[in-house]
Amino acid sequence: MSQRFPPRAVLAGCALLLAFALALGAVSGAYAISLPQLWKVLASLGQGAAADKSPEYLVFVNIRLPRLVLGVAAGAGLGMAGTLMQGLFRNPLADPGLVGISSGAALAAGVTIVLGAWFMPVLPRTLGSWTLVVMAFGGGLSVTLLIYALSRSEGGTRMALMLLAGIAVNALAGAGLGFLSVMATDEQLRSLQFWLLGSLGGARWSAVILVGVAVLLSCVAAASLAAPLNAIALGESQAALLGVDVERIKRRAIVVTAVAVGAVTATTGIIGFVGLIAPHWVRMVAGPDHRAVLPASALLGAALVLVSDTVARTAMAPAELPLGVLTAFIGVPMFLLMLRHFRGRI
Amino acid sequence: MKAPDLELGLRCEDAEVRIGAKALLSRATVRLAPGRVTAILGPNGAGKSTLLSVLSGQREPTAGRALLDGRPLRAHGMPALALRRALMPQESAVAFDFSARDVVALGRYPHRLAPAPDEDAIVAAAMALTDVSALAPRVLNTLSGGEKARVHMARVLAQLWHPRADGAARWLLLDEPTAALDLAHQHAAMRLLRGWAGQGVGVVVVLHDLNLARRYADEVVVLGVPDIPGGLCQGPTAEVLAPPLIEAVWRMPCQSVVGADGIEQYLFG
Repeated sequence: MSQRFPPRAVLAGCALLLAFALALGAVSGAYAISLPQLWKVLASLGQGAAADKSPEYLVFVNIRLPRLVLGVAAGAGLGMAGTLMQGLFRNPLADPGLVGISSGAALAAGVTIVLGAWFMPVLPRTLGSWTLVVMAFGGGLSVTLLIYALSRSEGGTRMALMLLAGIAVNALAGAGLGFLSVMATDEQLRSLQFWLLGSLGGARWSAVILVGVAVLLSCVAAASLAAPLNAIALGESQAALLGVDVERIKRRAIVVTAVAVGAVTATTGIIGFVGLIAPHWVRMVAGPDHRAVLPASALLGAALVLVSDTVARTAMAPAELPLGVLTAFIGVPMFLLMLRHFRGRI
Repeated sequence: MKAPDLELGLRCEDAEVRIGAKALLSRATVRLAPGRVTAILGPNGAGKSTLLSVLSGQREPTAGRALLDGRPLRAHGMPALALRRALMPQESAVAFDFSARDVVALGRYPHRLAPAPDEDAIVAAAMALTDVSALAPRVLNTLSGGEKARVHMARVLAQLWHPRADGAARWLLLDEPTAALDLAHQHAAMRLLRGWAGQGVGVVVVLHDLNLARRYADEVVVLGVPDIPGGLCQGPTAEVLAPPLIEAVWRMPCQSVVGADGIEQYLFG
């Protein structure tokens, strides 16, 4: 028997958690901002007052706020995409990395970091600091397209084939990265490693707005996929009998995932576990209806990334811990505890 | 150019389904009228499920054609088809821990753009019909095979709940719905299907139990009949389902007896 919480309550709970994570992230850091100070800054932001040149205003607007927004976008994009992939594959083990986005982005980033100066002396000059972002995004997208093409058969996409193609291509990308790490200089190795473990440290307004818009558009597009994904839980052929255009839903879900996760990963590097864990947490308390799981996973993913990032930049300050390490350290034990508590329901 | 074929009903003509060199269904011609229970019978591998998937529009025949009210099934469009035709599958694993009630409510998916005023009542009433109301909050994947089958039957009933406003007949196709049911639920299910046929719904049901077919089906389609082109035989149950045909198709000795209640039954072996 399942004592589930109503979707509205779960959504409200996740929103509250995100609000708390935002407040926590806003006040803590190398330059501490007290709550009354934060209130004053927000008030002057609301009035559009450019006169406020207090240090806390400058720190908040230029350093902390873009980082918070990037964290929200990254977490929401990963949580939403994780839900889509698990629903599409009808498999609770699926995550956005499975379709090759992360490994494609990682390989492209690795090539850019280690071999960029060699192969593409023109690219950094034209794209400047955007080189890594553009390369990673392109890498993620092209590997996703490759895996999608490999899994097509008889006019349809076979999900089991896609899963296997994804695992194989991911392994190949891993080997490529291993090869690159041997060729890399110490400095390149550090930046490669940092990229593979994720960070919100690259939050500049220009990049943040780009990622924010990409994730926002993806979330809007994903909203129309929730009801069909419920039908797909019955199996693809049953969903088709209920009038779902299964191939179109698959294409859309994959494109939405590739754009959201591609944009996020290109800016932050690989942030693990959020896409896998957030949907599970929500399903445990709200049940499997995607109309609730999709928005709630986005909110919860955002909260998880924000809390992890806050710990990452304060725990060992002034040193910053890699974000991917924190999302795993914080997310996985809590996840395992919940698994124990709700084990009857998986 | 042939004149448009306006014959009402569900039928397939010379329908063939091949995967590579293997024929899953060869040259099947079946004509079905709404308001009747038709049982599809035949040995394992004779193509019963394939025929059902062709008649549902799920699978397009590789040769021949399948028509609903004179139009190829696929030409109706899958969303429009879903409003008047439901198929209960033989096996049905559901991903994630959807409750029995959630699964029945998914039967209403085709109606989400123009919901009936009583959506929740429909789901509850459909569950009551197949005796699964008490299972409503249970997670589907924790139910027994027979309970799951009854939940899925409630789902397809919910899908076709109200008569169509345009008067078009509804079609209920079921692939071995009674296979996992106990004796009482088997007969309850067949009586329920008879009742729906009485309201004008076309009921097409794959069965293995010839006595169930004999008792509840108006008409039978037998597949795998030797010495007949296409191997398919269709007609009124009492005429077609005679012991000589049964012995030829299933290779089992068969005699028919009439019980005290006047109902004919088959004894085998």
